[in-house]
Amino acid sequence: MKNNGHKSTSPTAGLPKCPTGIQGLDEITGGGLPRGRPTLVCGGTGCGKTLLAAEFLVRGAVQFGEPGVFMAFEETEAELKANVASLGFDLAGLIRRKKIAIDYVHIERSEVQESGEYDLEGLFVRLNHAIDSIGARRVVLDTLEALFASLPNEAILRAELRRLFRWLKDKGVTAVITAERGRDQLTRHGLEEYVSDCVILLDHRVNEQIATRHLRVVKYRGALHGTNEFPFLIGDEGISVLPITSLGLNHKISVERIATGIPRLDAMLGGRGFFRGSSILLTGTPGTGKTIVAANFAQAACRRGERTLFFSFEESPNQIIRNMHSIGLRLEPLVKRGLLRFHAARPSLYGLEMHLATMFKEIAAFQPHVVIVDPITSLMDAGTASECRAMVTRLVDYLKAGQVTTLFTSLTQAGHALQQSEASMSSLMDSWLLLQDFEGNGERNRVLYVLKARGMAHSNQIREFLISDRGIDLVDAYIGPSGVLTGAARVAQTAREKAEALASQQEAARRQRELKRKRAALEQQITGLRSEHEASAEELRQIDEQVGRQTRLLTTERTELGRLRQADISVAASTRGNSKPKSKR
Amino acid sequence: MKTNKTSRPSSVAALRRVDATKTFEKSLATRPTGKYVLRLFVAGATARSRQAVLRVRQLCEAELKDNCKLEVIDIYQQPNLARDNQIVATPTLIKEFPRPVRRFIGNLLNTTGLFVELDLIAKGKIAF
Repeated sequence: MKNNGHKSTSPTAGLPKCPTGIQGLDEITGGGLPRGRPTLVCGGTGCGKTLLAAEFLVRGAVQFGEPGVFMAFEETEAELKANVASLGFDLAGLIRRKKIAIDYVHIERSEVQESGEYDLEGLFVRLNHAIDSIGARRVVLDTLEALFASLPNEAILRAELRRLFRWLKDKGVTAVITAERGRDQLTRHGLEEYVSDCVILLDHRVNEQIATRHLRVVKYRGALHGTNEFPFLIGDEGISVLPITSLGLNHKISVERIATGIPRLDAMLGGRGFFRGSSILLTGTPGTGKTIVAANFAQAACRRGERTLFFSFEESPNQIIRNMHSIGLRLEPLVKRGLLRFHAARPSLYGLEMHLATMFKEIAAFQPHVVIVDPITSLMDAGTASECRAMVTRLVDYLKAGQVTTLFTSLTQAGHALQQSEASMSSLMDSWLLLQDFEGNGERNRVLYVLKARGMAHSNQIREFLISDRGIDLVDAYIGPSGVLTGAARVAQTAREKAEALASQQEAARRQRELKRKRAALEQQITGLRSEHEASAEELRQIDEQVGRQTRLLTTERTELGRLRQADISVAASTRGNSKPKSKR
Repeated sequence: MKTNKTSRPSSVAALRRVDATKTFEKSLATRPTGKYVLRLFVAGATARSRQAVLRVRQLCEAELKDNCKLEVIDIYQQPNLARDNQIVATPTLIKEFPRPVRRFIGNLLNTTGLFVELDLIAKGKIAF
């Protein structure tokens, strides 16, 4: 952001650029203002034109070694010094060291009488003298249009202004000319007609009682630039423009995982917790324990020796410490050891941009590994939803670029569609935990889901979230045919299940016994039948034997009979089969 | 003694007030006396500068009868003075005395205003 060389860092070389050193502005303009050319800064009253110009000059002198001339048409040198001192710039010191020269141009209209032709050579000479006396590379004319009020002949003035801008270009100084916003045009007196290289428009708007300053690069000849309106703010370190898109999506990525401080939650997140540098959204209705999860996460981080910055927009630090004490989380020693820092502010204290800038400043000063914002939804009150989203985007980008793990808690109003209201924000987040109340059987119970966790296998199961004086625990919620049961209902169900299990065990034993008995009886029966079967087989054998004996006996008797009837044995034998007809005959 | 001392300043102030009123009335009634003090700022030797210088010299000689102190300053040579005297347009003629201070910008070809301001109308010298 801050380069110390004179050369521009813009990838689109060609047009040399002059870095302003103003946070964010160099990113939008791709390296700064056009070097050696005039830039017009226009805007309404109180939108920071003079300050932007002054900062351009001071930063040029301090950071880039380029002395500058401030030609003031509206404020005296003393006023200017006082105004800039409020941003921490030592203008008087810079003037003493010949880094900056101020020339206050003042024309008392009532004293002036026009009598003939004139030009503005006086102005040129003064400017030239000031530039040469300190070897200035930068020039600010604030506000040139004051001349229109003090000099009567506009035709001469316009001709001279045209000459002035030409002269500034020839002189090779990078100039910033401020001008009041006009009704139908950019400036009241049409200065944009003369300054054609770069025009920056500042704007101060009040939207829903919240005032926000915006900056837009209307025109930048010969260079690519961000064309959007970017919010900017005037902090105690000067102007900072907050470009949404400046960071892009090319930050480094870590594969390291960090524990959440709740072992069961780690288990739900593939067993190892969140990725370092990821952004985590924790949504929940009031009283579901968002701050507790956040505090747990903070404590876990501190125990690993990582600095944690806790932005609280609802509770004072002491209140959080006290409340966490009640569930066995001791944050105070961590604060004392300097590992945990709280930053508490009411969301309505100032606008979103200011909040964001304050957060950036705190983060830059503390260099945390983990940042907690509790809750991010409070900031919604300080701006519109789209502004808030833009702000969160910038915050997330900023933190991700620094590999800072961030936990945002987000309050969902009871009765709202839980997931809908956060949809706009959730897409920015890598992980999303949902805390919810389950109401039933005359009690409320907290449950936790992992709605999403990019890049890791995570549990899709609901867990009951228990808060006791020993901290947080997650238990499996009862999921059965009658739905999800939690709390007392879960305990009752478990007890009921136990009883049922016992009963069914007993029943099984009983049935087993009965079956055994039945089997024994059957076996007995089988034995009886088998002996019966054997008995009948014996009988059958005896009958067979008896029949055989009788046949043999009969044959013998018939042979004897034949012999007695003197029949040939052979005949008798052959006609034995026809014995019956014979006997009939 | 002490009461005397404390009462004195208020009486002095009262006196001063009377003084101021008197001076004011006097200054309104009488014409300023003393030399005119004129300073002319020009930027180099341009045509306009020459015209202005010529005009002022003429004026001093003809109208003010050398009852004036004229100083011509080239801001190219003394840029500091341009800054100190709040010069923006050139040429600029500053009438330092008599009060009030007046600035005339331009090459002084249009003298009506100048005459009014220099208090020369009373003498009937409009037709310059």
